[in-house]
Amino acid sequence: MEIIVLSGKGGTGKTSISAAFATLNQNIVIDDCDVDASNLHLIMQPENYIEEPFVAGKKALVNNDLCTLCGTCIEYCRFDAISIVDDKLKISATACDGCKLCVRVCPENAISMFENNLSRCYVANVRNGTMVHARLSPGEDNSGKLVALVKKKAREIAKDKNISTILVDGPPGIGCPVIASISGADKIVLVTEPTISGISDLQRIIKLLKNFKGQKYIIVNKADINESYTLDIEKLANEENIVFLGKIPYNKIFTDAMVNCQSVTEFEPKNEISELIKKFWKEIIENKI
Amino acid sequence: MKLAVASGKGGTGKTFVSTNLFYVAQKIGHKTCLVDCDAEEPNVLGFLKGNENYKIPAVQKIPVFDKEKCTFCKKCSEYCEYNAIFILPMVQFIQVTPELCHNCGACLYACDFDAITETEIAIGEITSVQYSENAEIIESKMNIGIERAGEIIKLAQKKVTNNTELVIYDSPPGTSCPFIATVENADIVLMVAEPTPFGLNDLKLSVEVLKQIGKPIYAIINKHGMGNDEVEKFLNSENIEIVAKIPFDLEIAKTYSTGKILSQENSKFFDIFNDVIEKLNTKAQRH
Repeated sequence: MEIIVLSGKGGTGKTSISAAFATLNQNIVIDDCDVDASNLHLIMQPENYIEEPFVAGKKALVNNDLCTLCGTCIEYCRFDAISIVDDKLKISATACDGCKLCVRVCPENAISMFENNLSRCYVANVRNGTMVHARLSPGEDNSGKLVALVKKKAREIAKDKNISTILVDGPPGIGCPVIASISGADKIVLVTEPTISGISDLQRIIKLLKNFKGQKYIIVNKADINESYTLDIEKLANEENIVFLGKIPYNKIFTDAMVNCQSVTEFEPKNEISELIKKFWKEIIENKI
Repeated sequence: MKLAVASGKGGTGKTFVSTNLFYVAQKIGHKTCLVDCDAEEPNVLGFLKGNENYKIPAVQKIPVFDKEKCTFCKKCSEYCEYNAIFILPMVQFIQVTPELCHNCGACLYACDFDAITETEIAIGEITSVQYSENAEIIESKMNIGIERAGEIIKLAQKKVTNNTELVIYDSPPGTSCPFIATVENADIVLMVAEPTPFGLNDLKLSVEVLKQIGKPIYAIINKHGMGNDEVEKFLNSENIEIVAKIPFDLEIAKTYSTGKILSQENSKFFDIFNDVIEKLNTKAQRH
């Protein structure tokens, strides 16, 4: 069974709760699909045993010895990536989209493409199973593709090691990486917060998930910040056929556990927060698909 | 000055900082514009209301194939680095997948038969709201399922009027394309950091990128008092000036949760944000 934790809005506690869920299990595959600025590894402390480069795309590179500064490439580039600085052609690696048009139009063959292979996909041992995670090189595009790779590897490992549960820590937002991360999931858990921004982002992600066939759940974290909005979220969940798992009050245990490199449920198993999380996980796992 | 308010980690308080800076700046008389560059999940208009100036579709171009002229030679598809053109010569079928098209123009260049023209499709929406006489908000919002957030962000940034004194870009989280697209045009980047291990991790990644693209960096520590002092140590070691420390306070969170602007409610915070604007204005002149 593949369970993914998403949020829409960043900072709601998605990764902390994913880590807590993960560490309630003895033998699990953890899939960190938040490939752009991921955090789960700070708690799970993976020991990587496979590292694979991932080609996120290509960038254009100019050979200044061949370049005559004719400016044809600048005319054709739609990404404002090319300019002349100090009498030399300069291609911005961050602005370059990798379309290769400059290479094709250059009359001197002065431009070539090089592969951007600084991104990485890792398979690692963690204290209670195996973790697949990745690092998208800063500034890169194509995070959806890297997410798809992480998902594929996690499934292969679960199959090889005969592990029945995959827990996916999803990316924030509603873009391509999120879409890639939910593909094939059996259940989705949304972690939200009772704020104007939290509700607005929740509505956007619910829209995105309209066609998702599996069961969806909602947890309201930091619920006591605004009890009235928490009620609104519960109403929204009922309208949208999403199981309202419950509320977690604001508690500094989230930060304290993080500082200690532990999940909340490892840090203080008897705490009210840990009890709530255990209850939620039990309901998610036992609820028939 | 064009100021990008960014973070790396989500939920550190970017929108909190940018909406408050905007409120204070326009109150003290600066011609100000706040651009919500979090096209995936824009939130600014939840906090700041006004009359709508315009709402326009954010468009990108995609190719259109003239089947009468097309010889199905496949050159356009070979030139496309994004696998966006699907072609089956045997059945005379050719089509672009709009979600994959990056609008680069390579297919047009490739075609030797004049068979390709372009049309526009909507990938999102740009809304302009007038908050006060000298203050405007521009929101970029991406259609659900689209990949090209960066494109929409740049379009929104282009709509800012030329004589605006202070332009604030409320950035998206992360360090990938949408973040880069937002900060590329900025003079200064103000990082909003939360003093936790997750906050530190993402802050380091963002600082690495910003150093690569050569942007001056300043920082605000938000929710100061939660977590530990590793973020402050890191910023000091990188010689990144901390222009304000906003204390962790559940009351601030509760006020913010309802969409209120803290510096409008509380003069102490008005002064804090005023101070930040003055500091950054001085720095901007130096860079």
